[in-house]
Amino acid sequence: MTWLSKIRKVPFWSWFWFLLGVLYFVLPLYADFEFSLKMERGRLSFKAYEMAFQDPEFLRTFSYSIMLAILTILVSIALVVPTAYWIRLKLPQARRIVEFITLMPFVVPAIILVFGLIRIYSSPLEIPFTSIILIQPLTNFKIGTNILIIGGYTVLGLPYMYRSVDTGMRTVDVRTLTEAAQSMGANWGTIIVKIILPNVRTALLSGALLTFAIVVGEVVLASFLGIPAFGPYLFLLGQHRAYEPTALAFTAFLLTWAAMGIIQLVTGGQGQAAGAH
Amino acid sequence: MAYLELNNISKVFGKTTAVEDFNLQVEKGELVSFLGPSGCGKTTTLRMVAGFEIPTGGQITIDRNDVTNKSPNQRDVGMIFQSYALFPNLTVAGNVGFGLKIAKKPAEEIKKRVAEMLDLIHMPEYGNRYPYQLSGGQQQRVALARALALSPDVLLLDEPLSALDAKIRVSLRAEIRSIQQELGITAIYVTHDQEEALSISDRIVVMYNGHIEQIGSPFQVYNFPETAFVASFIGTLNAFNADIIDPKTNSIQVGNVQLITEESLQDRKVGDKLMIAIRPERLNFSSEQKKANLINCQIENITFLGSIVRIEVKTGETHFFMDTFNNPFLELPKIGETVEITCSRQAVIILNH
Repeated sequence: MTWLSKIRKVPFWSWFWFLLGVLYFVLPLYADFEFSLKMERGRLSFKAYEMAFQDPEFLRTFSYSIMLAILTILVSIALVVPTAYWIRLKLPQARRIVEFITLMPFVVPAIILVFGLIRIYSSPLEIPFTSIILIQPLTNFKIGTNILIIGGYTVLGLPYMYRSVDTGMRTVDVRTLTEAAQSMGANWGTIIVKIILPNVRTALLSGALLTFAIVVGEVVLASFLGIPAFGPYLFLLGQHRAYEPTALAFTAFLLTWAAMGIIQLVTGGQGQAAGAH
Repeated sequence: MAYLELNNISKVFGKTTAVEDFNLQVEKGELVSFLGPSGCGKTTTLRMVAGFEIPTGGQITIDRNDVTNKSPNQRDVGMIFQSYALFPNLTVAGNVGFGLKIAKKPAEEIKKRVAEMLDLIHMPEYGNRYPYQLSGGQQQRVALARALALSPDVLLLDEPLSALDAKIRVSLRAEIRSIQQELGITAIYVTHDQEEALSISDRIVVMYNGHIEQIGSPFQVYNFPETAFVASFIGTLNAFNADIIDPKTNSIQVGNVQLITEESLQDRKVGDKLMIAIRPERLNFSSEQKKANLINCQIENITFLGSIVRIEVKTGETHFFMDTFNNPFLELPKIGETVEITCSRQAVIILNH
């Protein structure tokens, strides 16, 4: 059967709705791309891209955001993998509570989160009923602010990371694999590193890439905490320039697609277990 | 002192008692099966030996060492699971060598041991394959090799053949038994399949409702069941409530049938009630045995079961099942026909409760 005859077999309305969906998604992107090429009057060129990439501020903020994204991913993995693992293994009754908590960033806007963070961590941490200061206000020094923003980003990425890891763990028999490893003398650390992590690798990658996308494009937390990240830079650029932000936004889309492509490439369209090795 | 001992073991989950007053001594090199229906506590007991559950009470010793409260990775115990539990991210060789790597054995020793184990399970050329490239039977053989690679003190098998088809089940259970005997390893085998337990075990522990009903060799458990549950759970059985009519001659009454048992009823009185059992294969048409129990009855139904033919007969309100070997030249009676069937006195077993 040729591809043409296969297409003909699909009913008309299915094609109609599919194409409508494609247009809804592609048209704005096309408009964005076309606009980004019109920086030079009267002809299409990649001048906006050239200008955007030449700005040293772009490289500085973009690399800073990448560093924040990597640190956020590491913190998220360290937090989410043992949590999801323990819930599957020992505390299945806590699953609903944890799922609810991980959904909070969808309900609580980032602006509320950042005001909360500033409100709490702009005062020193003291031993109760004394004036002995344990930790200086985190907002007062650079490392402290970076800790705050990584914490905030970890919260924002939690719904994606937790769901990805939890789904990954659902595809392997975590309990039996753990018991099998234990009966062969493995301790908890070995089990997580050598058995659990490799078997949820694809899920981790999905969660990590989604977290990466969130962190690189995030504006609110970075602006209010005064972090020189890519999001606020893009926002500021948009207030003064027209073509460069559009070019950068389109580049961000391409990066996201590339990330999706990597996921597809790694999973190879196969199941978790087969893709694990 | 036995090699593996479970003394007064109990396990309580909330308000449910899963295992109660469990006592068992297993000698080195012995294969003991835990047999019983779902929820009888057999897997819980096995998991307590493995260390995945801590007993609520009692003591477990392996080779005189108290392991009751030790974690699973501190016990020298190998375990085989129903779902194989091979690590999907590791090759067959990686799986078999996993425990040896954890034990920090030298690479050369690991390689040699893995090769030995793969030879043992007749899969020497499968070392580089991943679990998903193997059939269920092959995966379970790899799981066996993996569990044996560390030469554990005790091998625990939790319904290892349940997920396999009938033919592979039979061949693999023979392979497991042969390897267990070859290595002389002490093993506990959990199953709900009576045929599996009867064919593979040195001794069987029949469990029901968290406690032991009977411990004995397959021959003892099948031929001399001590309780009504054991009698009914293992094999097909004719079980009846009976009244003693003459303790001196060991005579009892079942419905309108009078039977004599070999077991002594001297310490009982006329009219005492008891439960008796007769295996279907102990009943037959001929009456060659002298002083045998003779029952006049009518053929109710005949079922062909391959190697045997099961005949249901009725006398008054009492129904019996009788098994006879299939013989293509055997002339079977017709349904509704009146026949005489017999059984020896030894065939009439008195059940305790």
